[in-house]
Amino acid sequence: MTESSRSLVSVKNVDKVFKRGSEEIHVLGGLDLDIPEGEFLALMGPSGSGKSTLLNLIGGLDRPSQGSVEVGGERIDQLSNRRLAAWRARHVGLVFQFYNLMPVLTAQKNVELPLLLTHLSRAERKKRAAIALDIVGLSNRNNHYPRTLSGGEQQRVGIARSIVTDPTLLLCDEPTGDLDRKSGDEILDLLQALNREQGKTIVMVTHDIHAAARATRTLYLNKGRLTTEPEE
Amino acid sequence: MKYLYLLWSNLKRKKMRTTLTLLSIMVAFLLFGYLGAIKQAFSQGIDVAGLDRLIVRHKVSIIQLLPEAYESRIEKIEGVEDAVHQTWFGGVYQKPSNFFAQMPVKPEEYLKMYPEFVLSDEERNAWLNTRSGAVVGRGIADRFGWKLGDRIPINATIWSRKGGERTWEFDLVGIYDGAEKGTDTSQFLFRYDFFNESRQFGEGLVGWYTVRISDPDRAAITAELIDAEFANSPNETKAEPEGAFLQGFANQIGDIGFIMMSIIVAVFFTILLVAGNTMAYAVRERTNELALLKAIGFTDRGVLALVLGESFVLTLLGGGLGLALAWLLVSLGDPSGGSLPVFFIPYSDLAVGIALIAIMAFIAGILPALQAQRLQIADALRR
Amino acid sequence: MAGMFNWISQIVSVTLFNLRTLPQRIGSSTTAIFGIAGVVAVMVGVLSIAQGILRTMENSSSSENVVVLRSGATSEMMSGLSGDDVRFISEGPGLLRQDDEVMASPELFVIINLPIRSTGTDANVPMRGVTRVAGDVHKGFQVVDGRMFEWGLNEVIVGVGALREFAGLEIGSTITVAREEWPVVGIFEASGGIAETEIWVDASVLQPAYRRGNSYQAVYGRLKSPDAFQEFKDALTSDPRLNVKPMREADYHSSQSTVLYNLITGLGTLIAAIMGFGAIFGALNTMYTAVSSRTREIATLRALGFQASPVVISVLSESLLLALLGGAIGASLAWLVFDGFRAATLNFSSFSQVAFAFDVSPALLVRGIVFALIIGLIGGLFPAIRAARQPVSAALREL
Ligand SMILES: Nc1ncnc2c1ncn2[C@@H]1O[C@H](COP(=O)(O)OP(=O)(O)OP(=O)(O)O)[C@@H](O)[C@H]1O
Ligand SMILES: [Mg+2]
Repeated sequence: MTESSRSLVSVKNVDKVFKRGSEEIHVLGGLDLDIPEGEFLALMGPSGSGKSTLLNLIGGLDRPSQGSVEVGGERIDQLSNRRLAAWRARHVGLVFQFYNLMPVLTAQKNVELPLLLTHLSRAERKKRAAIALDIVGLSNRNNHYPRTLSGGEQQRVGIARSIVTDPTLLLCDEPTGDLDRKSGDEILDLLQALNREQGKTIVMVTHDIHAAARATRTLYLNKGRLTTEPEE
Repeated sequence: MKYLYLLWSNLKRKKMRTTLTLLSIMVAFLLFGYLGAIKQAFSQGIDVAGLDRLIVRHKVSIIQLLPEAYESRIEKIEGVEDAVHQTWFGGVYQKPSNFFAQMPVKPEEYLKMYPEFVLSDEERNAWLNTRSGAVVGRGIADRFGWKLGDRIPINATIWSRKGGERTWEFDLVGIYDGAEKGTDTSQFLFRYDFFNESRQFGEGLVGWYTVRISDPDRAAITAELIDAEFANSPNETKAEPEGAFLQGFANQIGDIGFIMMSIIVAVFFTILLVAGNTMAYAVRERTNELALLKAIGFTDRGVLALVLGESFVLTLLGGGLGLALAWLLVSLGDPSGGSLPVFFIPYSDLAVGIALIAIMAFIAGILPALQAQRLQIADALRR
Repeated sequence: MAGMFNWISQIVSVTLFNLRTLPQRIGSSTTAIFGIAGVVAVMVGVLSIAQGILRTMENSSSSENVVVLRSGATSEMMSGLSGDDVRFISEGPGLLRQDDEVMASPELFVIINLPIRSTGTDANVPMRGVTRVAGDVHKGFQVVDGRMFEWGLNEVIVGVGALREFAGLEIGSTITVAREEWPVVGIFEASGGIAETEIWVDASVLQPAYRRGNSYQAVYGRLKSPDAFQEFKDALTSDPRLNVKPMREADYHSSQSTVLYNLITGLGTLIAAIMGFGAIFGALNTMYTAVSSRTREIATLRALGFQASPVVISVLSESLLLALLGGAIGASLAWLVFDGFRAATLNFSSFSQVAFAFDVSPALLVRGIVFALIIGLIGGLFPAIRAARQPVSAALREL
C-alpha cells in the first residue's frame, strides 16, 4: 500500500458475532482492512467464511460487534439508523448475486429508485436513469420488466441502479455467481470499466478465480482473518 | 408524490387480490352510507326540525282531537307568534300499503309555518282558488307519477263525507319542493275548509297544532304556558319542541340507531380482517424487496410509510368508491318503495365515513408496516 | 365402475392433501370464515325481527276467530260500530255459544301515551275496552298476577308485554285516563299475542270516559268451527242493516303487520345482499390465495396423472367447508344473541306499539347456512377453475 493513495475504507479490529438462540457464532475476529480509493478489490474465501458479512459491514447494512468501520473519513458504525440510511443512499452502490430488482417496476423505474431519495426533479431523475442504463448498454430496454430480461441483462440493470447516484464505492456480492461465463464476462468488463474510467472503488465478493483476476488486488477470508494468499 | 408510483406498482402486483380487497372495502362503505340514510329516514328529519316550532297535541294521545278554537287561544299566549293546525286524514290511495300522510290544512298559514315547503306563486294561487285542490311533495308525486291537473281519489278510513261517501277526489294544483335535503316531500295537503264542511262528523275538530314561537330559548316556558292554558279542560294539551316530538316518535319505532350501529360494527370488523390480512400477505411476500429498499438508502420510517401508504391508497379507493356508490344508490330511492318520507345520506355521516376510511387504513396497515420497519436488511436479504 | 372408483379416490386424496395445508393458510381461512359468519349473523338477526313480529301476529289469532270492523276501515282504530251494529253482528250465524252467552265481544280501542322504559319518551300504547266474554274469545287470555278488574270500576289490567316495555304499569300504580286515576290491578298473558302489549278495561267505563255513548269499534267473535266463517261472512255482508267487513282473525292480524313486515324484510334482504357481495369477494380472495400458494403442488399432482376435476372439486369443497363453518358460527351467534330478544316498535298500520321477541326460527337458521354455502360456492368456483386450467408445465416452472 503506497503512502500516496489514502484509504477510502478503513476497517479496524472488527469482530462480528451472530447469536442463534443461545449459540454464538464468531464470524469475524479482530479483522483489519484498508481499501485505498480507486481500488478494485476481489474478496475470496470458502462459503460461510464471512465475505458477505464483511461486505455488509462496509456498506452500512449491518454493524460490527466490536471495532470500527470508517468510510470516506466517517465512522459509519456510529451513525444512527436514520443517518446510516441516508449515508448509504449517497455513498454506496450495491450489486447482488440475485439482482434484487423490483418485479413490479420497469428497468427504467428500477434504476430510478435510489434517485427518489434525492431532491432531483422528475425529468432529471429520468435523464440520469437513462444515462445509467446507457452506460450498462441497455438503453433500448427501458420499459421492460425484470422477468422479461435475461439474467445478464437483469444484472446490468442492477449495476445501473448501483451507479445512478454516482457513489464512490461499489459493493458487489457475487455479481456473476448466477450467470454463464459469457454474461459474467460482460458484467466484469463493465465493472472494470467503471473502475478504470470513472474511478469507482469496487469491492467484489466472488468464488470465481477468473473474476478475481480482473481485480487490482485479491484478498482471501478464512476463519475470520484476511490473507493475501489462499490457505490450503 | 414521487413515491406514489412505487406504491401503485406494488398494489398492481397481485391485481386480483388488490381488486377483491378493494371491492370488499367498497362494500363495507357502501353499506355504511346506505345504513346512514336508513337511520336518517327513521329519525324523520329530526335534524331539520324547526327550533322555533312547537307541536301541541292532546295530552292523552295524538289521536285524540282538539277544538279548532284552540288556534286563537294559543296565538294569544305570550311568546307565540303563530299557530296552525293539521289533522290526520289516514286515507288509502289505491291500496293500504301505499302509505303516506294526507292532511287538511289552511293553505296560506301552513305554507307560512313551513317555509321549507317551496311552492311557486302560481301554484299557490291555484290552490287558493280551488276548493278541492291538493298540493303534494315532489317525492310523493314522483312515486305515483302524479302531474298537475290530475284528479286523485283517496279512500277515507276515518273521515267519510256527508252522506257516507268514502271516496274523496282532489285536484292536484301544486307540487312543492323541499328547501333542504331533509325536508319531507311525501305530504299530501288539501284545504281544511273543504274538508271541514264535507266531513260527516267531527266538525270543528283538528288533530294537532304547530306553533311558531318568538324565542327558541324560551321554548320550554312557552310550552308550559300553553299547557297551563288548557289545564283542567276536557282537552288538556301537551306542547313540546318539534325536535323533541320527532325524537319521541323515532323512539317509538325502537332503537334503530343501535341496530344499525351493531351491523356496521360487524361489517367493519370483518372487512378489517380482510384488509389487514391482505396487507400482511403483501408484506410477507416482499420481505426481500423491502430489505432492498432499505439497503439502497430508504429509512426504516420510509419503508413504514410506504406500506402504510399502500393500505391508505387501497382503503381510500375502496371506501371512496363505496361511499360514492351508496350516494348513487340512495338517490335512486328507498328500499320500501317510497314509504320513508326522507331518504338521503347526511353530510355528517359522509364525514364520519371519511374518518373511518382513515382509521381503517391505519389499523389494517400498521402491523405489517411495523413489521416492515423492523426488518433487518442483512437478515432479510439472505432469504 | 373401476374408473368411477378411481375418480372418487382421486378426489378424496387431493382434497385430503389440500386440507392438510389449511393450517398454513390460517390467516386467510379465518378471515373467510368470520366474514361469512358476520354476514349470516346480520342477515339472520335482521330477519328474526320480522319473523318475531309475524310470530306475534300468529300467536294472536286462532283459526275459529273472526274480527268485524266497519267496512272501509283498515284497522280497529279507524273503525266504529253502533250498539245496533253490535247486536246484529252478535246474531250472526255460526257463532259459538257457551253457557247461553254468544261468543261475540264488542270492543273499544283507544291509544294513550305512556313513557317507554328505556328512553322515557311517550309511546302510543293501545288500550282496549272489553266486555265479559272477551277473556273467552281472545286466544290464551289469562290473568297471571293480581286479579281481573272489577266490572263497572275504573280499574285496568296490563299485558305482560306492555308491563315490560312501558313505565308505570306495575300492580298498584295508577294511570291517568280522562283526568281520572285508574289503578292497575292485574297482569295478563295472551299466548304471546299482540294483546300482551295492551291495557284492558271494562268497555262500559271507557265509553263514557271517551264520550263514545254506546258505540264500539270492533267485534271479536268465536265461531263453532273455522268452516263456519263463510256462512257468517255472507250473512253479515248481505244484511242490509249492516255495513261491515268480517275477517278471519288471522287475516286481520297479518294485514296489520304487512307494511312493517315488508319494510324489515326488505331492508334485511338488501343489507344481507350487499354484505353477501362483500363476503363473496372475501371468499374469492381466500381461495385465489389458496390456489396460488399451491400452484406447484397442484401442478405436481397433475403431472403425476391426476385429472383436472378432482382438483376443481377439492378446491370447491374447501371453500364450501369454510363457508359451512362460517355459516354455522354466524347462525349460532345470531341464535344466541337475538333469539328471544324482546323489543317493541310502532306498528304503522295500527299506529300503536307492538311488543315482540326476535324469533330466530329453524327455517331462518337453514336460510342463513344456505346463504353461506352460496357464498362459498361462488367464492370457490372461479379459483377452482383457474387451478384446473393451469398448464402443468408453466405451473411447475413458477416460483
Ligand atoms: N444474520 C445472521 N444470523 C446468524 N448467522 C449468520 C447471519 N449472517 C451470517 N451468519 C453466519 O455467518 C457465517 C458467514 O456468513 P456469510 O454470509 O458472511 O458467508 P459467505 O462467506 O458470504 O458465504 P457464501 O460464500 O456462501 O455467500 C455463516 O456461518 C452464516 O451462517
Ligand atoms: Mg455470501
